[in-house]
Amino acid sequence: MSAPVSQRPADAAGAPTALAKARRRASSIRLPLVGAVVPRRQLLAVGGLALAILVLAVVALGTGDYPLSVVEVVRAMFATDGGFDTTIVLEWRLPRVLVALVFGAALALSGAIFQSLTRNPLGSPDIIGFATGSYTGALLVITVAGDSYFSTAGGAIAGGLLSAAAVYLLAYRRGIQGFRLIIVGIAVTAMLHAVNTWLLLRAQVEVAMAASIWGAGSISLVGWEQALPAFALIAALAVAVVALSGGLRQLELGDDAARAHGMRVEPARLALLVVGVALIAVVTASAGPIAFVALAAPQIALRLSKSAGLPLVASALTGALLLLAADFVAQHVLPAAVPVGMVTVVVGGLYLIGLLVGQARKKL
Amino acid sequence: MAVQTSPSERVRERTAPTRLIGLVVSLVLLVAAAAASIAVGSRDIPLDVVWQTLSGAGGGAATSTDAVVVLDSRLPRTCIAIVAGLALAVAGALTQAVTRNPLADPGILGVTSGSAFAVAIAVGVLGITTVQGYLWFAFGGALVATVVVYVIGSIGREGSSPVRLTLTGVALGAVLSGIVSAMLLADPEGFAAMRAWESGSLEGRGWAGFVPVLPFVAIGCVLAFVISRSLNAIALGDDLAASLGARVRLTRTLAIVAVSLLAGGATAIAGPIAFVGLMIPHVARWMVGPDQRWIVAYSLMLGPTLLLVADVLGRVVLRPGELPAGIVTACIGAPVLIALVRRQRAFGL
Repeated sequence: MSAPVSQRPADAAGAPTALAKARRRASSIRLPLVGAVVPRRQLLAVGGLALAILVLAVVALGTGDYPLSVVEVVRAMFATDGGFDTTIVLEWRLPRVLVALVFGAALALSGAIFQSLTRNPLGSPDIIGFATGSYTGALLVITVAGDSYFSTAGGAIAGGLLSAAAVYLLAYRRGIQGFRLIIVGIAVTAMLHAVNTWLLLRAQVEVAMAASIWGAGSISLVGWEQALPAFALIAALAVAVVALSGGLRQLELGDDAARAHGMRVEPARLALLVVGVALIAVVTASAGPIAFVALAAPQIALRLSKSAGLPLVASALTGALLLLAADFVAQHVLPAAVPVGMVTVVVGGLYLIGLLVGQARKKL
Repeated sequence: MAVQTSPSERVRERTAPTRLIGLVVSLVLLVAAAAASIAVGSRDIPLDVVWQTLSGAGGGAATSTDAVVVLDSRLPRTCIAIVAGLALAVAGALTQAVTRNPLADPGILGVTSGSAFAVAIAVGVLGITTVQGYLWFAFGGALVATVVVYVIGSIGREGSSPVRLTLTGVALGAVLSGIVSAMLLADPEGFAAMRAWESGSLEGRGWAGFVPVLPFVAIGCVLAFVISRSLNAIALGDDLAASLGARVRLTRTLAIVAVSLLAGGATAIAGPIAFVGLMIPHVARWMVGPDQRWIVAYSLMLGPTLLLVADVLGRVVLRPGELPAGIVTACIGAPVLIALVRRQRAFGL
């Protein structure tokens, strides 16, 4: 890449644009089948993330009370005889790994949509009270109607939507200002947390135990029969995200610019909001509130791929990697197994502090 | 010059008695709340019996069930609520003044989470179970959390913006309480004492943890009064305060020490309780204006009242069970936080 640049005469009038064009051509890669032009850096980031996920997934499949080596894991995956190793890998460990990957990706996509729409790295659904609200909804359903998967899921989704709407409306004052949204989210979270405690104290002990495990955010209780419908829903929503992503890029430029490009802003924004809420709602309904993946993953992906807007594919992969890693830590690294939600809270909180420090540095 | 100052002198002369009367009214409210706190509960006790027991009038009555409830359960609980309430309210008033941040509160800024985390380490890792033992950890945790949040929140040229400080506090609080709840889940038996402490409930805490904290809270309150005049100057901005003769750095250091003593002490005896330190200084400021000395004085009266009322409410709504006082204060305080950020001049003090 450096050779043609050095040959170009430095005083040529067209040098800057031609140089920029050459550089862009050199650093971008045309994908063979899709035909889209993707910057090399983004492609590298996506490839690296996919590789990391693959390695970690194989390690996670091999780790446990019955340890397996990498070779054994791969052999068990593709064996047809159905030996003991195959049972362990495919029946016991694979669901959990897949759940972590898919849920992580869904959370990250939801976070990327929200952060793009609010144009604020802190405008993610876990900050603005969504998770606590869905916990309240689920608790209400569990304590009143009893614990079944679909009623809990419905309660969680309704609670999350209601609290998100409440936060949005309470923060609305001649438009939405990012930080006001966040502070109102913190306040509503505190109140809902109080309501949750009240509900838990009123409930019977067994109900309260089930509810509090759900509330800690754990994917250990998710089996195939809950995972498959959730996977199907997330896949459908991912297709919707791809379909809407063009609109998301337009909205990132600002409402006026998007309108000038002939876009109908409000319907597009509403559709994106609904998809974003639905993504996190599906995950929350199955696994409980898992905090901070939606907050951190898009920003990490942004730094990895150095793209202009929030990269959706890289975000999803980062989220998958984050949740898989957090679940691995929660299961195997800590002295006693804890719900994965606690690991993500700690890691994500530290990340948030880092984000604030970084923002301050930038302004120096 | 004399012509200019005389109107304000007159205003002060007119308002000082009003403020005193307000202070007396607050005191009456506090006494009423304390009486309610002793009388109301899963076993309601008539006020005359309460009075007899406390004054020791009916010598024979002191052995009755009512007397035992009053002396062994309700009285320590009420005293804890009073001390924790005033400590949190004064700590909140100091934090808001020194950071010029209307959203500051020891709970929101992660100070109480720092305390809780240090206590969890003391209980879980070092095996300390007595209140006197983990008291020091509560203070240390509060001090470290205060300094960390303040330093991180004020990096950057424009200094500590209220929002960044709040976010830093919330983030640190989330990290620390995440670790604490993971520790609790991993070893439920080892943390039985911790669990009761962490709930933010005032029930069943007794005198053991209360007495050793008193001197520290007292020192914190005295410090708050000593630096209140300098804090009035700091409210005008650091440069102006320095030119008015206030020792800005010393005042800030003393304020951080006082906040750690007060918030750490309150957390040690009552567990993490949020929003008292947020609400009360605002109510006090609304009643008496911007003078920090009066704000501290009013916070001393109003903070305990709020915590007592919250505690009594918590006993009433779930009869015969109880809702922890910390939960009730969050329920009352969160709307106040929302109202504050929605205000026109949200971020000025």
